[in-house]
Amino acid sequence: MNNLKKNKIIDSSFKVFGVLFTLLGVFILIILIYNIIKVGYTRINWDFLSSLPSRKPENAGIYTAIIGTLDLMLLTIVFAIPIGVGAGLYLEEYAHKSRLSRLLEINIANLAGVPSIIYGLLGLGIFVRFFGFGGSILSGALTMSLLILPIIIVATREAIKAVPHSLKEASFALGASKWQTLSKVVLPSSFGGILTGIILSLSRAIGETAPLIVVGAMAYVPFVPHSIFDTFSVLPMQIFTWTTRPQAGFAIAAAGAIIIILIITFVMNGIAVYFRNKWQSKLQ
Amino acid sequence: MKLKEKIIEAFLFLCASVTILTTIGIIIILLYESISFFKNVSIFEFFTDTQWTPLFSEQHFGILPLVSGTFLTSAIAIAVALPIGLTIAIYLNMYAPKGFRKTLKPLLEILAAIPTVVYGFFALTIVTPFLQTIYPDLETFNSLSAGLVMGIMIIPFISSLSEDALYAVPKSLKEAAFGMGSTRFQTSIKVMVPAASSGIIVSVILAISRAIGETMIVAIAAGQQAQLSLNPTIPTQTITSYIVQVSMGDAPQGSIEYKTIFAAGLTLFLFTFSLNTFSFWIKKKYQEKYE
Amino acid sequence: MAKQITISMGKKLEKPLPMDKVVDKSLKRTHTIEVNDAKVWYDDFMAIKGIDMVIKPNTVTAFIGPSGCGKSTFLRLFNRMNDYVDGFKMEGKIKVNGRNIYKDKIHVEDLRKEIGMVFQKPNPFPKSIFENVAYGLKIQGIKDKKLIAERVEKALRQADLWEDVKDKLKKSALALSGGQQQRLCIARTLAVEPSIILMDEPTSALDPISTSKIEELIFELKEKYTIIIVTHNMQQASRISDFTAFFYLGKLIEFDKTKKIFTNPEKQQTENYITGRFG
Repeated sequence: MNNLKKNKIIDSSFKVFGVLFTLLGVFILIILIYNIIKVGYTRINWDFLSSLPSRKPENAGIYTAIIGTLDLMLLTIVFAIPIGVGAGLYLEEYAHKSRLSRLLEINIANLAGVPSIIYGLLGLGIFVRFFGFGGSILSGALTMSLLILPIIIVATREAIKAVPHSLKEASFALGASKWQTLSKVVLPSSFGGILTGIILSLSRAIGETAPLIVVGAMAYVPFVPHSIFDTFSVLPMQIFTWTTRPQAGFAIAAAGAIIIILIITFVMNGIAVYFRNKWQSKLQ
Repeated sequence: MKLKEKIIEAFLFLCASVTILTTIGIIIILLYESISFFKNVSIFEFFTDTQWTPLFSEQHFGILPLVSGTFLTSAIAIAVALPIGLTIAIYLNMYAPKGFRKTLKPLLEILAAIPTVVYGFFALTIVTPFLQTIYPDLETFNSLSAGLVMGIMIIPFISSLSEDALYAVPKSLKEAAFGMGSTRFQTSIKVMVPAASSGIIVSVILAISRAIGETMIVAIAAGQQAQLSLNPTIPTQTITSYIVQVSMGDAPQGSIEYKTIFAAGLTLFLFTFSLNTFSFWIKKKYQEKYE
Repeated sequence: MAKQITISMGKKLEKPLPMDKVVDKSLKRTHTIEVNDAKVWYDDFMAIKGIDMVIKPNTVTAFIGPSGCGKSTFLRLFNRMNDYVDGFKMEGKIKVNGRNIYKDKIHVEDLRKEIGMVFQKPNPFPKSIFENVAYGLKIQGIKDKKLIAERVEKALRQADLWEDVKDKLKKSALALSGGQQQRLCIARTLAVEPSIILMDEPTSALDPISTSKIEELIFELKEKYTIIIVTHNMQQASRISDFTAFFYLGKLIEFDKTKKIFTNPEKQQTENYITGRFG
């Protein structure tokens, strides 16, 4: 067999591997979803969504977990969006090329690589103990806000960077101040990109469990929280505690809750992709 | 008017400085509790003792079993994700039709968007029973299936970021290789991968960093027993799953058990921090080379 | 400042006259530009090497010269648009109506309401046609909707665009053609009622028909405004300007009546350039 032929065979077999591995990824995704639906679909009904957790797996529902997730996300939005978008604006538009701005940039990239459970330890040390908020929704939301801040900042900066410089110049030339230019031209033009980043970061936050365990989210919350200082549980926390229970009934309940969280995650990612495409075509 | 502008700038600066405060906060909290931990436990014991049993009556504080558990699960994950992820990256970049690439890349990225607690459930209730049909001695909690599933989760980190790096290689290089009669495989291995090597290395480092910080998959599927062993079929404990174990119980503040999670956390932070710093260094070197 | 304009404009427009016959005395501000030994650096690179110039009101002045000669940089000194460039440094005096605009007490925002600018590529905001023209008024804090609508219409008429767009003011400005977009940008500048308009190669991205429309427009606008235009196009400079300044390597080589520059220039370099021997 000559060299040329050998090379061709290697080339073709690599292609086969490429197709196989790519499809393997998709295949695993399908297996995962299929198996979870197979186990959990029996629990998908209104009772499951509207029942409190219970010691008996067949009665257990995810009502408090869903309310906890909603409360936590709302509070996280309140903290994380203004700070994240503000910080992105500052870094992209105000920070001069100085050592301070360089330090800020490296620092944010580094924070994005810090494991989420470390944020949990931070939240435990600062919000739970030092400020004395305890294992409350407030502590959870503040911790979660710090966790997703780097994602929002990076997305904001990318979106602002994509706004053509000529638009800013036009606004300045008409006598607009810096903030007028930012708030009336730059932010509206980058809105789609920022929104995409925010939705993706929230989708990440909804699935996070580890930092909330450390901060003190509860395995069993038999009531709906009334204030931000109440203890709470969230959907992934509920899934975790049910998964670790020995009774088979809890595994079914966990699979049911997973179906719900997967739907939420996929819908949010879908919306994010939709906004990104719409925004990108608008900018061009 | 001027004043309003100044106030807004100051407010935005405050927003940006929250990130600095976060880092300072992490370092202070980890150091503060760790220092108080090392008042009770010698650093020598921490690094050399081969047992980690803070929750037992006979307490040992050797971090090595947790480090070995972390290393083992991460190594299995990388052993899965690196060859698969890189092959996918090369395939998507060099072989796949354009439309294929556009659909498959985001589809694979869904793998990274799934909450990790879901993967934990998948590893424990689907992958482990499946592996047990092949190898019956596999224990219910083991690092093998946790590592495998973690590997699947980080495939998109390697495939997407490496594909980005390959995509950034100047087209002229690719054309030059084709022009000399190279096959696509030869072009990939001899020209494209070396040219994109720094970007690929960065993607792998990020994936490793992600794997050692991953918590829920190992906490659910790998068990809660810290053992200094590289046997993938028995239960193990990682740094992260130890922190979860303590947090699920109620160790009173100030107790030695409470402080151990900060010492463990500090160890984890140092690992990921070094990896991240290393990846910045590579990125920076690469940028200078091409500018 | 803004208030004054508001009142006078409000009165003027109560009895609308056909727009081409409006002679708005209040706009006849005699703003002269005086440049005294201007020097500009970008970090270590000296882009402008000491230029003196006086620009008279209600004239069109063309800046010509090869790429990189400093003509755009020089133009952008007048409304301080270079301030945003990293490493920008400047020396010398630029006086508009007797006031040094590089003094601390000047607010650049106020300066730019006096000196409008039209850019090389049409750069409408991704907003509606109406919102584009109203932008400059709204940022001044003008809230009177009727007044804004009047000023928008007036500016669009002045820019010769009103007939094209009066039925689709709410439509996105990005849907207009390139030439229309550039006239919209001129209307947007006019709506603020500046006294001086800077144009940085305003027709270089346009087709010949759109270009000639803009040129006609510049000719009409001369009556009320002082216009300074940077152009690469010699014919354009000779067609529309009263004065022409030739720049080369950061220096002002020659500045005179356009007729003189194009028929009998003093300097050899000028002649070489306008006859196409280099550049």
